[in-house]
Amino acid sequence: MASNTQEAAQGGGSAMPQLDFSTFGNQIFWLVVALVVIYLILSRVALPRIAAVLAERQGTITNDLAAAEDLKAKAVEAENAYNKALADARAEAQRIAAETRAEIQAGLDEAIAKADEQISAKAAESEKAIAEIKAGALESVKAVANDTAAELVTALGGSADADAVAAAVADQTKG
Amino acid sequence: MGKIFFYVALALVLVSGLVFAPEKAELAIHPMDQFRVSALFGDNISWYTPTNVTLWMALAVAAVFALLVLGSSRRAIVPGRAQSVAELAYGFIYKMVEDVAGKDGVKFFPYIMTLFMFIVMANFLGLIPMSFTTTSHIAVTAILAALVFVTVTVVGFVKNGVGFLGLFWVSSAPLPLRPILAIIELISYFVRPVSHSIRLAGNVMAGHAVLKVFAGFAGALGLFSFLPIFAITAVYALEVLVAFIQAYVFTILTCVYLKDALHPSH
Repeated sequence: MASNTQEAAQGGGSAMPQLDFSTFGNQIFWLVVALVVIYLILSRVALPRIAAVLAERQGTITNDLAAAEDLKAKAVEAENAYNKALADARAEAQRIAAETRAEIQAGLDEAIAKADEQISAKAAESEKAIAEIKAGALESVKAVANDTAAELVTALGGSADADAVAAAVADQTKG
Repeated sequence: MGKIFFYVALALVLVSGLVFAPEKAELAIHPMDQFRVSALFGDNISWYTPTNVTLWMALAVAAVFALLVLGSSRRAIVPGRAQSVAELAYGFIYKMVEDVAGKDGVKFFPYIMTLFMFIVMANFLGLIPMSFTTTSHIAVTAILAALVFVTVTVVGFVKNGVGFLGLFWVSSAPLPLRPILAIIELISYFVRPVSHSIRLAGNVMAGHAVLKVFAGFAGALGLFSFLPIFAITAVYALEVLVAFIQAYVFTILTCVYLKDALHPSH
C-alpha cells in the first residue's frame, strides 16, 4: 500500500484529508477562482438572459390574454349586432304583415260595403216591384170583383148600376 | 428481457463469489481516501497547483455554464428541456430570496444564485463514481460560510449602522433577561458560520464515506456481497436527495442571515 504510506508521510498521520492544512491554500484559491467565474457568468450573461426570457414570456402571455379579451368583446359585440338585426328584421316583418293585413282588410271592407249597397239597392228595387205588383193585383182584384158583382147582379135579374156595385164591393172588401 | 439479464448477472456474481472467494477476509476499507487532494501533475501541492480540486471545480463551473448559459441560449418563449431547468433554478432561488430576505434582498440574488449553483453542481458531480467532491472539504465550505458571514455582517452595519446591534438586543423580552439573551444571541451569531459550513461538509463527507464503507464490505463478503450492494443503492439514492437538500439548506440559511442583516428587528 504505497499510497497509504505516502499519505501517512504527507498528512502527518491524519486520517482525514479534510484536516490536512497543507492543502487548504490550494483549495481556497481554486474555490475563489471558481466562485468569481460563476459569479461573472451568472451576473453578466445567464441571469439577465433568463430574466429577459421570463419577462418576455410574461409580456407575451399578457398580450395574448389582452388580445383574447379584445376578441371576446368583439364577438359579444357582433352577437349583439346580430341579435339587434334579427329583432329589427322581425319587427319589420311584423310591421309589413300588419300593414298588408290592414290593406287587405280595407279592400275587403270596401268590397263588402259595395256589395251591401248593391244588395240593398237590389232589395229596394225588388220591394218597389213587389209593391207595384201588389198594387196592380189589388186593382185587378177590385176590377174582377166589380165585374163579378155586376155579372151576379145581372144574372139575378137586376140591373147593375156600376157606381152602386163599385161602392158595395168597396164596402165589402174594406174589412 | 431485463429480468433475465438481471438473473444472469446475479448468477454470475454468485458463481464468481464461489470461484474467486477472497483468500483472506481482510477488510481493506479506506473510506477517507476518496477525499485526498492530489496534484494533477507532479507531487507537491502549493496554493496555485492544479489539483483534483481544480479539476472538479472547473467541471462544476462548466456544468453551471452549460445549464444556465448554453441551456438558455435559444431564448425560446416556449422553453426546451435545458431551458426549463435553467428557468426553474432561476425561479426557485429568486423566489426564495424574495420570500425570505424580502424585496431589498433581491439585489443579492446573483450572489446567492452563485452559491447555490456551485454547491448543487459540486454535490451532484461528487456523486459520480470515482469523482472528487469539493464540497466535502471543510476548507471549501468554511470559505463559503465565511463569505456569507462577512457579507451579512458588513451589509448589516452599512444598512443599519449601530442599529444592527439591535439584532442582539431582544426588545420584546423582559428587561432583566435582555443582557442574558444578548450574550446568547451573540454566541449564536458567531456559531452560525461554523454550523453553516460543517453542516454541508459533514453531510456530504459522511454520505460518501458510508458508500465507501459498504463498497469495502462488498469486496470482502464474496458470496454475500449483494447485501452491501443493495445498501449502496439505497444510500446512493439518499445521497442524491442530500446533495440537493444541503445546497437548498445552505442557500435558504444564507437568505435568512441576509434578512437579519437587512431587517435586524426581531
